[in-house]
Amino acid sequence: MELKELYQEIILDHGKNPRNKGKCDGYTNDAKAHNPLCGDKVHIYLKLNNEKLIEDLSFEGEGCAISLAYASILTEITKGKDLSFIKKISEDFLNMIKTKTKITLNSLTEDQVTTITSLSGVQEFPMRVKCATMVWHTLLSAIEKK
Amino acid sequence: MDIKNIKNEFPIFTQKINGKPLVYLDSANSSQKPKVVIDRISSFYETEYSNVGRSVHTLAVKATNRFEATRDLVKKYINAAHREEIIFTKGATEAINLVASTYGKKYINKGDEILITELEHHSNYVPWHFIRSEKGAVIKFAPVNKNGDVEIDEIKKLISNKTKIIAITHISNVTGAVLPIKQIVDLAKEKNIPVLIDGTQGAPHSYIDMQNIGCDFYAVSCHKMYGPNGLGILYAKKKWLDDLPPYQGGGGMINEVNKDEITFAEAPTKFEPGTMQTAEVVSFAESINFIEKLGIKNIASHENEVLEYGLETLRKNNSINIIGNPKNRGSVLCFTLKNIHPHDIATILDDDGVAIRAGHHCCQILHEKLGLSATARASIGVYNDKDDIDKLSEAIQNCQKVFKG
Repeated sequence: MELKELYQEIILDHGKNPRNKGKCDGYTNDAKAHNPLCGDKVHIYLKLNNEKLIEDLSFEGEGCAISLAYASILTEITKGKDLSFIKKISEDFLNMIKTKTKITLNSLTEDQVTTITSLSGVQEFPMRVKCATMVWHTLLSAIEKK
Repeated sequence: MDIKNIKNEFPIFTQKINGKPLVYLDSANSSQKPKVVIDRISSFYETEYSNVGRSVHTLAVKATNRFEATRDLVKKYINAAHREEIIFTKGATEAINLVASTYGKKYINKGDEILITELEHHSNYVPWHFIRSEKGAVIKFAPVNKNGDVEIDEIKKLISNKTKIIAITHISNVTGAVLPIKQIVDLAKEKNIPVLIDGTQGAPHSYIDMQNIGCDFYAVSCHKMYGPNGLGILYAKKKWLDDLPPYQGGGGMINEVNKDEITFAEAPTKFEPGTMQTAEVVSFAESINFIEKLGIKNIASHENEVLEYGLETLRKNNSINIIGNPKNRGSVLCFTLKNIHPHDIATILDDDGVAIRAGHHCCQILHEKLGLSATARASIGVYNDKDDIDKLSEAIQNCQKVFKG
């Protein structure tokens, strides 16, 4: 179990300067989650258009570097994508964390694959897995709300 | 036995954590166990085990005698007036639930007030919340001041003729504040209000004398006193033993059972239904012997020295904010680190073999008041020394390096 794999440069960067933070204009769906064990909170806002495309999304939250970074990276990967892509990538991401499977999606750019794979370090820290997965579950429940 | 070499009595310290010697600073959460306690659990199972208080065979008699001998030892240790005032429970949480449920059922009604403090652990709030919802009672919170103390005057102000019970912590598990429990009990006695003390953090670090304190109830967590898991103690003053109804029903707690009517056993059996934690109770005697061999006052002064050194050391780091500055601090040191979340601190410290806790420590009311969602907590046990504090301080610096903060 290597600490460096968890606190990589990309995680520290997104943790310190989370992207898409706040409440996006004209959001149509939102969902929030709270981890009662550690007090982490996340609230996802997304603007879904008729073509079932996420036009915009953002999050508010407080928590550790891991939870903020994972939320920030999630918004970067899913913004502008359609729902079928998002469902697939969420599934892949959660499977990757749970069972250490590889990301299989073809429509990801090389950069995105690298980014997502860099998130797999948390597998080795079972007490921190929820910090990483909570925001993805929250995104899925925001989508299902409408 | 000597406190300086006491780590040797605890087998857990022989292993490495992530390749480093273990620096265990999480005793407020649960303490490690000395070999005498661990050995007693296995020797009891190997040679004396049987259920207690039921069968008449030799092993049952042996086990029952051992079990009851712990009750006598606890009675003596906390200077209770009567042995039946010692009730074994699953933990301090169950001890408080027992009082909230039985006393609440009988004496708390609509509009009555339960007085607690903002320092309380969830286990001394949630059980009272149940009574509040069930009976339409009111919970009043004595406020915590900026030092993390609760002033006795604040408690005084909140006492009214509707106050039915005062339930307060002995030592806060976050700010470390040691509450003036005897003065609070004296104050309550003037108004004839019973007092429950949550001694979860108090009992492992202080000399507790029930007859001197004069409280009605005192809850103890045995696993924080170098004892086995799954065991707690409720001290309940004799006057309540017959007065309060049973908490849970089951085998052993009855006197006579027929289709129309049931009568109950005398206390403490009345409050100890079902098969009790036999090996845990028996081995807890060794925890008390361990504490008594060292002397609780010596343990407290040793821990205090380490704690003071910890405060002094951590204050030198400008990025550290220590939570609370109570008049008397008991064995816990909560802190935050600039720009680094407590959970990240705890994970990174663990890599250096330093075990601390991060979170709200089951005190959300207090954390809301402090304006923090989480804190990092180092807590001291008998086995900690100044070297552990130096390692903690180095590990915090390593954590700052990871975050370049």
